[in-house]
Amino acid sequence: MSLLRIEGLTVALPPGADRPHAVEDISLHVDPGEILCVVGESGSGKSITANAVMGLLPKGLPVRAGAMELLGQDLCALGPEDMRRLRGDRMAMIFQEPMTALNPLMRVGDQIAEAMRVHGRQPGGRVMELLEAVRLPDPAAIAHSHPFRLSGGQRQRVLIAMALALEPALLIADEPTTALDVTTQMSILRLIRDIQQRRGTGVLFITHDFGVVAEIADRVAVMRHGRIVEQGVAADVLNRPQHAYTRALIAAVPRGARTQAVAQTGAEMLRVTGLRKTYTRGGWFGGRVSVPAVQDANFTLARGETLGVVGESGSGKSTLARCIVKLVVPEAGEIRFDGADLRPLSRAAWKPYRSRVQMIFQDPYASLNPRRLVGDAIAEGPITHGVPRAEAMERARELLALVQLEPSAMDRYPHEFSGGQRQRIGIARALAMRPELLIADEPVSALDVSVQAQVLALLADIKARFGLTMLFITHDLRVAAQICDRVAVMQRGVIVETGPTAQVFAQPAHAYTRALLDSIPGQGWTPPV
Amino acid sequence: MRDFWRRYRRNKGAVVGLVVLVVVIIMAATAPWLFPGSPWDMASAPFLPPGEMDMLLGTDSLGRDVAAGIAHGARVSLLVGAISTVVALSIGVTLGAIAGYLGGWVDDVVMRFTEFFQTIPSFVLAILLVAIFTPTIRSVVGAIAVVSWPPVARVVRAEFLSLRGREFVQAAEVLGKSRLSIVLGDILPNALSPIIVLASLMVASAILLESALSFLGLGDPNLMTWGFLIGSGRSVIRLAWWMSVFPGVAIFLTVLSLNLVGEGLSDALNPRLARTR
Repeated sequence: MSLLRIEGLTVALPPGADRPHAVEDISLHVDPGEILCVVGESGSGKSITANAVMGLLPKGLPVRAGAMELLGQDLCALGPEDMRRLRGDRMAMIFQEPMTALNPLMRVGDQIAEAMRVHGRQPGGRVMELLEAVRLPDPAAIAHSHPFRLSGGQRQRVLIAMALALEPALLIADEPTTALDVTTQMSILRLIRDIQQRRGTGVLFITHDFGVVAEIADRVAVMRHGRIVEQGVAADVLNRPQHAYTRALIAAVPRGARTQAVAQTGAEMLRVTGLRKTYTRGGWFGGRVSVPAVQDANFTLARGETLGVVGESGSGKSTLARCIVKLVVPEAGEIRFDGADLRPLSRAAWKPYRSRVQMIFQDPYASLNPRRLVGDAIAEGPITHGVPRAEAMERARELLALVQLEPSAMDRYPHEFSGGQRQRIGIARALAMRPELLIADEPVSALDVSVQAQVLALLADIKARFGLTMLFITHDLRVAAQICDRVAVMQRGVIVETGPTAQVFAQPAHAYTRALLDSIPGQGWTPPV
Repeated sequence: MRDFWRRYRRNKGAVVGLVVLVVVIIMAATAPWLFPGSPWDMASAPFLPPGEMDMLLGTDSLGRDVAAGIAHGARVSLLVGAISTVVALSIGVTLGAIAGYLGGWVDDVVMRFTEFFQTIPSFVLAILLVAIFTPTIRSVVGAIAVVSWPPVARVVRAEFLSLRGREFVQAAEVLGKSRLSIVLGDILPNALSPIIVLASLMVASAILLESALSFLGLGDPNLMTWGFLIGSGRSVIRLAWWMSVFPGVAIFLTVLSLNLVGEGLSDALNPRLARTR
């Protein structure tokens, strides 16, 4: 008998949404001791499916049709009180954002104990056992800590411990590793796999990452626009995808191999030496805390080259990029651009360089002024630098065509566009300045895989067309491998290794680079298309 | 815009507030035609209760028409409320924008200066300023503006602090835009909604402050105001209740409607924060 069985589930969306149903006619099942991965892009309805099972759907999203059974018990027929008793006890959930899923004012141990008490069990020594089971170092100390003292990975382990507290038969994991660094992600994936095997728990694992699927799934269900388009054993779906959409998704997975020839590089364009930035806070009362974000960074960038800066969150890679464009003021070092040191320049003296050095930002939802028309947003840079308005608008129109957007986009506001389209607008805005050096700060990490592939292809295209030099910041090694000529690996503010991409990936010299490379999910799997 | 109106309309109280406010504004605008002549002139016998001898709201101790006083007083109250709010906004937005955008020691200096004003009880400071500069409409407006800008500066600073770190502002920096055009073109338009909401509430508190000053006899002696009406009726309240009650009702309704409008604006401008009704 299946642990969880969903038959023909349909959940309605509120009227006026882009489609009538959040999920439509979904049928799937999870057996004991099995991991079912539900894969799909944002908005495909995968989280709605999970929340429907847990009975956590918001009021505006009613279940319209279908049946859900957990251990033979009909979930749709249960009242809120019966559902509450089931939640945490027979089925438990791990959330995406470990930073917000714990009560910040409660000690970790008490929170785990509370999960048991609400179901009328006495925790006793279970809390320590659980913390040990999720392999947290020094469980006694962790149990007494408040969540803010723990790292993201540790918090996610605490949440897993909490979910396992009552030995649930079904564990629902909603993108549990998306907010984590690669190395942490790998250890959490291994932990979930291990626990599931030891306890025979059934896992419904929601993810957007095919690497993660390859790493962990027994079976896969691919969702698109609220429907399951393909479902089957992991090896079949990954290696012999049947549906066109699955094939497109798998084709979009960054392959970790270069898709273009190594660029012809010219003379040195940027030389950064001994760059240092330390963040300090406090002072006056209480101790001063200083965090070295970038320590003695040295690197060079030749004309026409793409240098990737890779590292985990907090490694200082974004600070490094922001130092170069003076969004962050470094306290020491030299930034030589075409021979001139940019670091000591004033705001006014920097201005001529603004058109030569441009930047693309990470979050397409935050990087465009919501109250400015797209055309004006693209044209305002050149206008600031003295280009007549009519000419700047004409240039904006050409650039929109170049980034594959309709000319009508000129007179619309950013909120009318999807994430990928907004990122294209951001790219057009940077290109409008006709830069020589383009700094891309995680330009694709907020995008779905298929969109990510399109934006990467666009970046490669414009780079070749305009002979751009690029500094590409990313946390995703597969993306770096695909687009960069050379990579610099950063760890805690220090560049630990620099070299040609192929060499760094094939023969990593530094232990940290090796750890990063080993953590890429789904290495055993070569995408078939 | 239609969307904005639809969200505003969902708050029933705000619609009522808007209607009341429009009625008060019409009353103020048409006062010279509704009640020709000076409201200070004797219109009938003194101490007439409401409804007698065509005096809708009665007369005061000198036979002046209370209804005419309220209609003409509305002009002064609304004018004082609006102008002092505009002045307070321009001080508060400027200082808050400077503090929030520049940060660092400038922020420290501006905020200590703001706190200096906040530590003095605002009404006492207003009385002091009006007493020093002799009660005229200008000194009253000035005093109200001087005591009511600090909250604006704090709100604007907080908005600027959070917006300054947003990527679209950083993008504007990277494009090489000047500080002034970033502040005016990128940050301020996105900080407008809390400022608008705050402004509607400030008009209400300015009207209250002006009435309180007039009540104490510190209003402009040449202008009929609601506070003056209540103040002059205070000594005879048991003899002629209508002299203080009707101007009081006028203040109450106007201030209440402004608060309701403010709440409605807040719901309409921040749809995600709006309470579910």
